[in-house]
Parts: sequence; C-alpha cells; structure tokens
Amino acid sequence: MVEVKLWGALSASIGSGNTVNIEAKNIRELFSKLAEQYPGVEPYLTKGIAVSINGVIYRDNWSKELPENAEIFLLPRMMGG
Amino acid sequence: MSFDPSYSAKDFKSVGTRPLRPDGIDKVTGRARYGADFNMPGQLVGRILRSPHAHAKIKKIDISKAEKLAGVKSVITAADLPDFTDGDADLFDILDNCMARTKALYDGHAVAAVAALDAPTARKALKLIEVEYEILPHVTDVDEAVKPSAPLVHDAVFTKGMSPTPSKPSNLAERVQYGHGDVEEGFSHADVIVERSFKTEQTHQGYIEPHACVASVNSDGTGELWVCTQGHFGFRQNCAQLLGMDISKLRVTSSEIGGGFGGKTHVWAEPIALALSRKAGRPVKLVMTREEVFRGTGPTSATSIDVKIGASKDGTITAASANLRYSCGAYASVWAELGAQTAFACYDLEHVKTVGYEVMVNRPKSTAYRAPSAPTAAFAVESAIDELAQKIGMDAIELRIKNAAKEGTQSSYGPVYGPIGIGPTLDAAKNHPHMTAPLGKNQGRGVACGFWFNFGGQTSVDLNIGVDGTVAVAVGTVDVGGARASLALVAAEELGISYDQVKVIVADTSSLGHNDMTDGSRGTFSSSMAIIRAARNAKQVLRERAAEMWDIPMEDVVWENGTAKATGSGHGNLPSLSLKEIAAAAPNTGGPVAGHSELVADGAGVSFSTHICDVEVDPETGAAKVVRYTVIQDAGKAVHPTYVEGQYQGGAAQGIGWALNEEYIYGEDGLLQNPGFLDYRIPVCSDLPMIDTQILEIPNPNHPYGVRGVGETSIVPPLAAVANAVSSAAGVRMTHIPMSPPRILAALDEESAN
Repeated sequence: MVEVKLWGALSASIGSGNTVNIEAKNIRELFSKLAEQYPGVEPYLTKGIAVSINGVIYRDNWSKELPENAEIFLLPRMMGG
Repeated sequence: MSFDPSYSAKDFKSVGTRPLRPDGIDKVTGRARYGADFNMPGQLVGRILRSPHAHAKIKKIDISKAEKLAGVKSVITAADLPDFTDGDADLFDILDNCMARTKALYDGHAVAAVAALDAPTARKALKLIEVEYEILPHVTDVDEAVKPSAPLVHDAVFTKGMSPTPSKPSNLAERVQYGHGDVEEGFSHADVIVERSFKTEQTHQGYIEPHACVASVNSDGTGELWVCTQGHFGFRQNCAQLLGMDISKLRVTSSEIGGGFGGKTHVWAEPIALALSRKAGRPVKLVMTREEVFRGTGPTSATSIDVKIGASKDGTITAASANLRYSCGAYASVWAELGAQTAFACYDLEHVKTVGYEVMVNRPKSTAYRAPSAPTAAFAVESAIDELAQKIGMDAIELRIKNAAKEGTQSSYGPVYGPIGIGPTLDAAKNHPHMTAPLGKNQGRGVACGFWFNFGGQTSVDLNIGVDGTVAVAVGTVDVGGARASLALVAAEELGISYDQVKVIVADTSSLGHNDMTDGSRGTFSSSMAIIRAARNAKQVLRERAAEMWDIPMEDVVWENGTAKATGSGHGNLPSLSLKEIAAAAPNTGGPVAGHSELVADGAGVSFSTHICDVEVDPETGAAKVVRYTVIQDAGKAVHPTYVEGQYQGGAAQGIGWALNEEYIYGEDGLLQNPGFLDYRIPVCSDLPMIDTQILEIPNPNHPYGVRGVGETSIVPPLAAVANAVSSAAGVRMTHIPMSPPRILAALDEESAN
C-alpha cells in the first residue's frame, strides 16, 4: 500500500482529498488502479501524468517500482522547450 | 542485457575533454544542409495565405481563379485537411492552427496555400484567392482579455479548474493552483512584506533559421518529409495523424537546425506542405519568410503576475504567493501552470500558494520557449526577493541562501526534494570574484536564481562497428547544441577507444525506433544513456567474438581499455585483441558487430542556476547595457564542457535580449507591428559582454556518468538578474519587461517626479 499525493486539479477531479492509498507495486499498477477506483482520473491519464518518487520525476517509465514509504506525488506531465 | 542507469564514479578519459565538433567544418564552410537546402526532382514552391485580421469569421474562400493560373499545381484550404483527430482536442487545435477552419484567430493565421512551379507564380496565385471575412472584435493584451467585457476568442470556453464551473464563457481557459500551508497565516508573522505586480511582453524564440521543409506524398499513401525540426519522430506522428496517413509510411528526415529553443517542437507548415504535395502529386518545398515566422509561429506567453512575499526581520520568508496570468495565444495550453509550478521552486517555504490562469488572446498559439514559463515567473519572484532583501537590509544572496530549498524541502509544486543543487550555485555566487568587483558610475548589480524541470523520455540508438574498427552511432534526438560531439565522447568512453574513431549521425524516422523531441534538456542526457547501454551490448558481442577467435569460453574474456583480454590461468598469456582486430575478423565470426538500445530515460533530476549581472544605465537615453555577466549552474557531469558553457552563454544571451529589448508590439487593430529583426531586436555580439560561466559537477544519481540536462535552466534567471541590476543602477524598481530605453526613461522620470 502506498500513499499517493495528488496535485490540486487531480484531487478535485476525484473528490477524495489530497491523498489516496493504493495497493500498487509500480507506476503502471498505480495508474490502472487509480482509473479503476476513480473514473474522474481518466482524462488526466489520457493527457499524461508524471510521477514524482522521492522527488525524482518519472514521465514514461511505468515499470518504475514504488518503494514502501516513498513519497509518491502525481503531477501533470510537463513539457520542455 | 539488463541495464542499470545508476551513477557510479569513474575516472573519465574522453568525457570531459573538448574536441572539435564533427559538424563544425560543414557549418562554417556552408556545406551543412539546413531546412531550405534540400531539393527533390520536380519540386514545387509552396506559399501560404495568412489572415490580415486579428479575429474574423471565414465566410467563404474561392480558390477557383488561383487554380486556373498557369503554373499552379495545387491550392488547398482547410477542406483539404479533413478532421481525423477523432475527438482529440489538443490534436484538433494543432490542425486548426495549421490552417484556420471556421475563424481566423490571429493576424497571420493560415487560411489557404498554393503550390506552383515557381515563387512568383505562387505569390500571384495567393492574390487570386478570394476570402470573405466577417471581422470580429479582438483582444491581444493578457490583462484586457481577462476582463468580463473582453471579446471572446472562442465562444464556448468555460474555465476549467473552477468550482463551480462558470456558467458564462470567458477567455480564461483554466485555473490551476499549487502550494501548501496557509499563506495568510504566514503573512501574519511577517515583519516585512513586498507586494508588486509585474508584466512581461511576448517574445519569439528568435531562431535564425526560418521554418522550412520539403514534402513528397505518393499516390500509394507513402511520403517523405525533409524538415528543420527539434523532433522528426514527433513531427512524423503529428503529420501522419493530421493527414490520415500510416505513421510508418511517412519517412521524416531532420535537417541541420539553425536554432529551435522550443519553437520547432510543433508542426506549423509541414502538414500544409504534405497536403499540397498530396493534391499536386509532386514534391513541395515550403520555406517561411521571417515575417511569417513572427506572425504565424511560436511566441512565448505575455504575462501579468502579482507577487507577495513576507519575511521576518532575520530574513526568513514566512509566506509567498503569486497570481500568474499567461497568454496562450488562440489555443489553451499549460503555460500558466508551468509558471505556477516553477515560480517559488528555489525556496524552502512553509506557506506558499500560486494560482495560474491560462488566458486566450488573438495572438499566435503560444509555444514552448526554453524552460517554458519559468523565466517570466522567476522575473517576478526574484525581483520581489531582491526588494525584500533591500527592505530588510540584508544581502540578497544571503537572503536566498537562508531560504534556499534543500534535500527534504517540500517543493512549491508539491514533491519533497531529494539532493538538489541550488545551495552550491548560491555558495559559488557568493564566493565568485564578480560579486566583489567594483561598479562604475550608473552601474548596478543584480543576482537571480532559476529552476527548471529536466526530462528524459523515449530514446533509441544503434551503434555499428565497421570492419576497420571505427564506430557509427545513429541517434534519433536532433542535435541542436553540439550533441553529436558529446555523444561521440560518450561512445568512445564506454568502448575505450578514441573520439576520432566515432561518427555520430541523426538517423531518419524509418531507421530507428521512436525518439522524443530534443526538448526538456533531454538530448545529451537521454541519448548518452542509450549509447552507454548500446555500447555495453556491443562489448558483450565483442567479447563473444574474441572468445570465438581464441576458442575459449566467453566468460574468460573481459573488455578493458578498448581491447578484449583473456583471463584465467589457462589462457592469460594470450595477447589482447583490439576493437579493430575483432572487427576485421567479424565476417567470419558471426557477421556485423553492433549494439542497440531502446529505453525510456527517466530520472533526469531538477536543475538550478544562479546568475550575476552588472548593467550600466544611461540616464539620458534610458539605454541599458550589460557590462558583465556570470552564469553558475550544475551540469551533473559536463560531457563536453565547451558546449555546456555554450548552453549557459546562449541561455543568458537570449534572456538578456528578452529582458532589455525583445517585444511583440500589436496595434489597436490587433495586427503585429514589428514582424522582422529590424524592429524586433535580438541581441547581437556587440550588445553583450563575454558571458562568464562556472560549471558545477554534482553527479546525477540516475545517469551512469552522472549527466544532467543543461540546455534550458540558463534562460530562467536572466530576466530577473538584469532587472535587479537595472533597478539598482537606476534607483527605481523595474516591473515591466522588456526594459527598453523608453520604459527605463519613463521609470526615471516618474521617480524624479515623486
């Protein structure tokens, strides 16, 4: 079970406060269970969500494991120039 | 073969040296081929007709006269670009931006295009296209656009992120919010509060090479595109989607690139060139004029930002907040969101809140520009920090050091930081000789910090070893800043060979797996990681081949210093085999030797920078000149230090231009008044001092060599660093970018009147 912190717009979309607890071992499973448990997250998943694990942001590596007690923070997928 | 991207310390032989760039001679002798330098047999000349109105309904387009003109081979409108976007709103915006469908949304919006045998015929044909417009009220200013009475850019946009969702449409596409704590509580503990509003005008990336491409679509549905781009794989995907083509049947080759800075991460004319070619049945070359580049492509946002920062007398910031309004042009995007995320990212704040508003105006679609949105947010915040230090009577660097984010700080955009590098850049600035150098008359000094996210992403490379032992590396991230030299160094390092033995090319989209764009400071970070992996795979093959040649088990062969060595008591006396020897034997030991790699490079890590700027202001003319400038930034590991320095200097130069001169100027009619480099002035060499750089090397734990992206962060602090310097020199706080001579004079006059 990992505690997942959500950025403002995402937390508003699922109406469940700023954090959710999810049983997930990696980013793929996290997204899958988020979509399953909170249908409101779907448009954000389509647009792209980045996952910060202990402060390091992952945008594409959905196999990345979510360590126990790590800080997991979801952010909109950003773009650069 | 499994691959661990984690950093491990090593003594480098090639990485960190400064060899000549492989593309240098071609570029200085004119042999390098840019977007407009490619030709296909039978190609036509493409030209685009653009809206002369800021906002107008397109009632009718009659192309019949143009089509009848001798020499014209195709004329297209939006009707020739059917909507294949299948409900994808972002993709539809790209389609509509490439060619207006029902409304022209800004001065310069494409409405039709022609392909003809030559340029004069194409231009003549454009004049024969009859467009019937119904002119609509327009709005081009970001602050005007948010007023309830403002003309609507789109009739049915209801601000997202508001609760409840507004019942009336507006130009506010979205509201976003970041932060933590209770800012009102924090401000109540402040002894000093600075509260100011700032504005920045819209700027263009100012790349010297205009957009250019040659497109060829065949009747069998296949096609080719030669194009100047920051990401030919992304262009392939967008173009294929917009034209209803199979992605793998469109082969896109990237040319050399004369600057991009974010502006060439988006398709503009390429789908139009492909559509013209498809209709004409011949290749079409389309090269934008400079005026088209300004009117029709990639400016960054204009902004209007309110900042409030409070601190106790000892310099501890008790709370910080900002409201940020970013213009998006005619299409909603995420620019205010990036500003809201990055504004206070340099600081350790207990109470912080940022609110961003994406504002639509009748201007070209705002586009990424090098660390998009961060420089303008930093201008507002770092100016307020400077003023706060003055009010408290504290050195501005000391105040920043006291409040700098560090490992364990909850960032203003959410996550808790791991090890980060802002502290070392501030310490280096504090101890830099620049800080104690005397200032002359009418001179002032400014300091500012900057933050940017760096990214990685999808990356694919091939590493092929020739029979003579030389190595060809094919990458798919476009080289915009010397990456081919840096990547050759990495391949040489990993294989244990010399830089001269490696040749790196940028391959076309049919030759490699997908590669993300060269954006997010990802080019060298991502491609070097993939090359290290490919080289390690190749070394595995080389060990196998050496074992075959020696007829011993592969486990008894190691790779050291560019050679295979047999280990173990049974064959330890075998002479080592060089890469060249193994490569020469390859035809009879199993065929070609190669290493491949497809990976997602993640974990780029965030980046910080601190800049110091000295400016001299002429009180009679208001002209400001930068007389000394220093950039201090963490590179993780500088693969080719000269090109790292070049990135630092380039970002600073662009930021200085943004700070002092560059500005889109629109008339009351909503038309752009200065679409050219004579009236839109970017800095030239004589405007700038030699920009000093200091590279810090704090290894990135998520890259085998510790490499960190370096391309973008250097443009984040300059607006604020220059503004703080000008404010110091002029004795008046400057709040409007660019600080052009008339604005500085007006500020001086107002100050003396007060």
